[in-house]
Amino acid sequence: MKILICISNVPDTTTKIKFVNNNTAFDTAGVQWIINPWDELALTRALDIKDAQAGTIENITVINVGLHDTEPTIRKALAIGADKGIRINADPKDAFFVASQLAEVIRKENFDIIMCGIESSDYNGCNVGGMLSELLEMPSVSSVSFLDIQGGQVSVTREIDGGQETVATQMPFIAIVQKGIAKEPRIPSMRGIMGARTKPLQVTEPAPADSLTEFLGYELPKPKAACKKVDPDNVKELALLLHNEAKVI
Amino acid sequence: MSVLVYTENWDGKFKKLSFELISFANEIAKKLNTSVVALSIGKVEDDELKKLGNYGAAKILSVTNDKLAGLNNQAFTSVIAQAVAKENSTVILFAHNNTGKAIAPRLSVRLKAGLATGVTSVPSDTEPFTVTKKTFTAKAYANVVIKSPVRILTLLQNVFGIFESPVSATIEPFNPELKETEFKTEVKEINKVTGKLLLTDAEIVVSGGRGMKGPENWGPIEELATLLGGATACSRPVSDEGWRPHSEHTGQTGKIIAPDLYFAFGISGAIQHLGGISGSKCIVAVNKDPDAPIFEAADYGIVGDAMKVLPELISAIKEIKAG
Ligand SMILES: Cc1cc2nc3c(=O)[nH]c(=O)nc-3n(C[C@H](O)[C@H](O)[C@H](O)COP(=O)(O)OP(=O)(O)OC[C@H]3O[C@@H](n4cnc5c(N)ncnc54)[C@H](O)[C@@H]3O)c2cc1C
Ligand SMILES: Nc1ncnc2c1ncn2[C@@H]1O[C@H](COP(=O)(O)O)[C@@H](O)[C@H]1O
Repeated sequence: MKILICISNVPDTTTKIKFVNNNTAFDTAGVQWIINPWDELALTRALDIKDAQAGTIENITVINVGLHDTEPTIRKALAIGADKGIRINADPKDAFFVASQLAEVIRKENFDIIMCGIESSDYNGCNVGGMLSELLEMPSVSSVSFLDIQGGQVSVTREIDGGQETVATQMPFIAIVQKGIAKEPRIPSMRGIMGARTKPLQVTEPAPADSLTEFLGYELPKPKAACKKVDPDNVKELALLLHNEAKVI
Repeated sequence: MSVLVYTENWDGKFKKLSFELISFANEIAKKLNTSVVALSIGKVEDDELKKLGNYGAAKILSVTNDKLAGLNNQAFTSVIAQAVAKENSTVILFAHNNTGKAIAPRLSVRLKAGLATGVTSVPSDTEPFTVTKKTFTAKAYANVVIKSPVRILTLLQNVFGIFESPVSATIEPFNPELKETEFKTEVKEINKVTGKLLLTDAEIVVSGGRGMKGPENWGPIEELATLLGGATACSRPVSDEGWRPHSEHTGQTGKIIAPDLYFAFGISGAIQHLGGISGSKCIVAVNKDPDAPIFEAADYGIVGDAMKVLPELISAIKEIKAG
């Protein structure tokens, strides 16, 4: 079985968000780039399954649409344990563009399971996984919090509002994963880091594709008014403020 | 032309988000000089369907086919695409929740319609079609133009509000064509909490963090939530420790909520936690550390011991409720 994991390259989650060029572009100065947390967990889960069932999974590939500067992120995925990396050499303009590029490459290879994260932590799209499945006309299961392979069959659990569903699916399929898929991301070992240098990282040129949306500019949230502090010995005051002033109770 | 809304029900009753979506759609329809059509999939009684008219839905397409009892992304996409064709819809709305995130991107490709997700307000402009959406886990907002003639939006929950705008709605049974080849996934088992308020639907949320020390101290948090008709929530370490169920975890990696009132007891206010709650209209923080970052996000705060404040707050609110 072959697994493909789509990874996006995002700013570290603690990055202070600033914009430049009259608020039309994200300020990348000093930003640490990481594998999007969901994609890192997807990779962790794929490796866990590979380790638990020797022979079931022959290959785990990671793929990214990005310019040359995303290579350290792809190398990190190889260091964690992926067997092969692919980079499609293009600036990820919008989700439809990214999904179209991924679909182009995936059509030429046979993957049994394709994993995407539910969303990238930068543009919060929640788009690429679903778009890719439609482009490939494959079944998709979204909000996946558990995935396992037993006797060649996959079983997945997905989150719904107020609960979970166990879903059976045909393969190939796309799992769009979220919280729960793995607990903590794997950390590359020294051996992994050394090995990653010699693992294949294939670079392919993009195909012509449209983009359907365009980001014009950004705004930071309005600063909040200062917090009104209430004396801990006068809790009743808080209740009265919430009732009379904020009118929320 | 029309604005089409994908509504959702919970055991035959519409979720709050459906009314919010119709209210939102109504505002967009006014801008475009058109009307709102709601699509309902599942068994919902006519009386319940009619409620959508209170918020401005002029027509309600009701699909009751048993084959659509469980969410199937491909088949649902087909059903909605057929509704779009029939109603000549140019704007299609979903909630920014598990279902919206599952179907909207597929529909976007099927119709080659641009998609903006996590939208926070009505389009500032319709030509070009410009909306504001959440980015960088709510640390910023972006203005996005959708370039295609048909547009799809997912609306961030609880940001727009619910507004009455009654029209007499016509209910129309809708029997879309279903293709066998689109049923490649099958729901085997459903495990959902019933009879409990959905965290994402709650107007008041009472949340506890690691400062609550252990699961045995959650009694007053639950009591306060019940007293206010709200739901309980927690920070990530609390659900990781197993003190509370995972479904209660709020934040960047958990549920994103925007209630009218959010109580944070013993929560430090890490950036990842704030990412899930900063849309709340009023935030109340109780923390014994005066420098805890939660106070920067809070509207009201007490620097003090949550264990001591909770029972006093409960009795003060009981007094107010008693008049
Ligand atoms: C990629 C990533 C994603 C994450 N996603 C999330 C997420 O979605 N949601 C989330 O919540 N976290 C998330 N986290 C974790 C987050 O960074 C914080 O570690 C977490 O939110 C802290 O939880 P806490 O406030 O309950 O605990 P702590 O940070 O330990 O804070 C406890 C607080 O309680 C106070 N306190 C102690 N005793 C009392 C008392 N008796 N009375 C009153 N106050 C008291 C302390 O002063 C302190 O401020 C994420 C982290 C990462 C790296
Ligand atoms: N540039 C990219 N290259 C490869 N995969 C991506 C890229 N952008 C997004 N993805 C995948 O799509 C998921 C959702 O991303 P998004 O739609 O951007 O929120 C991510 O978790 C990745 O799995």
